Amino acid sequence: MITAERSGMTTKIKNSSRVYFHYITISLRSAMQYRVSFFLMVTGRFLVAFNGILGVYFMFSRFGHVKGYTFGEVLLCFSVIQMDFALAECIGGGFAMFSGIVRQGEFDRILLRPRSAVLQVLGSKFRIDRIGLILQALVMFAYGIAVSPVAWTTGRVMTLLFMLVGGTILFISFFWLRAAFTFFTLEGIEAFNILTYGAKEHGKYPIDIYGKKMLQICTYIIPYTLIQYYPLQYLLGRTDRWYYGLYPFGVAGIVLVCCAVWSFGMRHYQSAGS
Amino acid sequence: MITMEHVCKSYRVAKRNAGMIEACKALFRRKVEIIHALSDVSFTIGDGEMVGYIGPNGAGKSSTIKILSGILTPESGSCLVDGRIPWKDRKEHVRQIGVVFGQRSQLWWDVPVIDSFELLKDIYSISPAVYRHNMEELTELLHLQELLRMPTRQLSLGQRMRCEIAASLLHSPKILFLDEPTIGLDAVSKLAVREFILRLNQTHKTTVILTTHDMQDIEALTKRIILIGRGRVLMDGTLEDMRVLAAVHDNDNAAAAQPEQTEESLERIVAALYQQLHIV
Amino acid sequence: MRACKKYFSFFRLRFNMGLQYRMAAVSGAFTQILWGFMECLAFLAFRQADPAAYPMTVSATVSYVWLREAFFSAFRTWQTDGEVFDSIMDGGIAYELCRPVSVYNMWFVKTVAGRISVATLRSIPLLAVACLLPKPFRLSPPAGPVPFMLFVLTLFLGLGVTVAFCMFTYILAFFTISPQGLRMMFTSMVDFLSGAIIPLPFMPDGVRTFLELLPFAGMFNLPLRIYSGDLTGASMLRGIGLQCFWLVTLLLAGKALCRAAEHKVVVQGG
Repeated sequence: MITAERSGMTTKIKNSSRVYFHYITISLRSAMQYRVSFFLMVTGRFLVAFNGILGVYFMFSRFGHVKGYTFGEVLLCFSVIQMDFALAECIGGGFAMFSGIVRQGEFDRILLRPRSAVLQVLGSKFRIDRIGLILQALVMFAYGIAVSPVAWTTGRVMTLLFMLVGGTILFISFFWLRAAFTFFTLEGIEAFNILTYGAKEHGKYPIDIYGKKMLQICTYIIPYTLIQYYPLQYLLGRTDRWYYGLYPFGVAGIVLVCCAVWSFGMRHYQSAGS
Repeated sequence: MITMEHVCKSYRVAKRNAGMIEACKALFRRKVEIIHALSDVSFTIGDGEMVGYIGPNGAGKSSTIKILSGILTPESGSCLVDGRIPWKDRKEHVRQIGVVFGQRSQLWWDVPVIDSFELLKDIYSISPAVYRHNMEELTELLHLQELLRMPTRQLSLGQRMRCEIAASLLHSPKILFLDEPTIGLDAVSKLAVREFILRLNQTHKTTVILTTHDMQDIEALTKRIILIGRGRVLMDGTLEDMRVLAAVHDNDNAAAAQPEQTEESLERIVAALYQQLHIV
Repeated sequence: MRACKKYFSFFRLRFNMGLQYRMAAVSGAFTQILWGFMECLAFLAFRQADPAAYPMTVSATVSYVWLREAFFSAFRTWQTDGEVFDSIMDGGIAYELCRPVSVYNMWFVKTVAGRISVATLRSIPLLAVACLLPKPFRLSPPAGPVPFMLFVLTLFLGLGVTVAFCMFTYILAFFTISPQGLRMMFTSMVDFLSGAIIPLPFMPDGVRTFLELLPFAGMFNLPLRIYSGDLTGASMLRGIGLQCFWLVTLLLAGKALCRAAEHKVVVQGG
């Protein structure tokens, strides 16, 4: 009995993965239909993303350091957050664009298919064009590693990986939360931009430069420090507490919350109509 | 088999008047109006039936279709499709139905039609044998050979509609909902679509529910018509029943009982009926 | 006079449309208040690192941040979906040309109206909150009645420069099929040059003098600095002069381009 159930579960996952990767293939083929403009878009975004770092560079050239962090260290922090965000926009693009999906009636079509709505939303709007931002984050990251004196150990590399994965999942969750709220109000969701775009923009500096209060808010109310500040301290060698590197796993809680709000929202959509 | 019993559904809509002062007022308080889309709608449709579902715009047709397909939940009343409640067993239910919206495409826009079909094959978990069989049949009957390699965006409306219909039948659904399938099509395409649907119903015994404003579609395809107006079912019967109903309501024209009038175009009869029943 | 009435009715329609989105405005204002707050914190952190190198006073920086947030939607240099002159690409220009009104003027008025309406809705709650925050985050009053009047004047002139610039680049796009990628790069460059990323005084001196000559400095950097008294005297007058110069230049260039575009459409048949 148990083996039958488990094999049912694994076939389900395999099945869903296959559909998801099929979606990605279609996204890629769609993009390749407009090869030139796609390439220009990607390049454009790649260059545009350096805007943010220019501002930081000029500030550092004037002041030299901020709250004990050097340019290289800030660059490392910035590039990780940037990468998190780019990956989140790429994978979770469906959630980010969800209000459009609902408005154009695409969500009705999604409900007419015998698959999880989340799978379809994420799969159908996989943003392959975000690859420009991912590349830019990589470039910044490489430069940051070169400029900052991090003593790389296995533990630190793992921490970095956890920061990336945890951060990406956190940003996708906030896009998800915003999408879930779209079921209730199409207009008021701009406040969620703080959680996503705001976090990306202000997360470029380690959170402690904003003061102790902000550090507390970002730990207990919205868990940004779990994916940025605490693991970063271990990464930069400012603390010996290796378990800070495991903090990113805490985002699992947010994922559960989002799941609940989304299910509630879907039920509401089905009763309110569009 | 489809059963709807005493189904009711209303929507809340915000209202705003014109003018600058009203616009500023609306910042603080919004007036909400309740629209009764469906009031006590009941009917039963047996397996393999072809039913035309007609009524003026805003009568409640799309709300009914949405409830039957599981997208919308009614306020009260019950609905069963093949023993399932559409909105409760969503995934199982939609596996057995196909829906074609005349105005919105379900195919992926920039890729060839065949790519869309292959993705649908995965989404519906259609076995390779069934897929191959259905593809052969649909390609032949709907003349899709040259269309399969073309991106959806390059298809004409008639070509796209044939592909849409094929897409919604790949998984061999038992029930097919068609929402304005022939809108905007030229005469040749309309005939092709009608012929295909008739054939589908004859060979596969697919239940077909057709919403349309085109009376020729109704005449060609359906024996049974359900007329809905302002959220209520006003007539459920055959074409003949509808003519009789129109004649009965046509108080002004005493000549309605005369035999020449029975040749009157269906469009005129329906239009007159809408006005007489005060639903338009 | 009749022309004025026509333009006023366009203005009123667009303004009303902007007021509709009240929920969006409230949550937008909330977002911006938080954003501005974080920006202030970041600036203060940098100031702690080296107070001597800090080019503006704390209150001037804070005022800059809040005023920029408040009027941000009016001064953005990119277009959104609701923007009026998308019709040039849709071919809707054919309808526009049939009306007995100058296309450029109508677009200009509609765009300005739309931006003022959105900005009004957003800025009022934002500025109200900013005035009530504890020091040092509080928005300080203007440096005096004269600077305030000049601030208001240059703010409107700056809006004119921004819209004229947007229209200029947009109509230019009509002649060269400039793909979205290039436009994006250009827009973000303009953002940086106008002081949206960091205020111009924070740039190294040589770079700054050069940037102040460009039209972008006249968009919102100028009025915001006048407000807090950061810019006074001869350099202020020079700034205002440059702003007026760019306003006139961009308007004339835009109108000329628009006429050329109309001509092209008529000759080619759209």
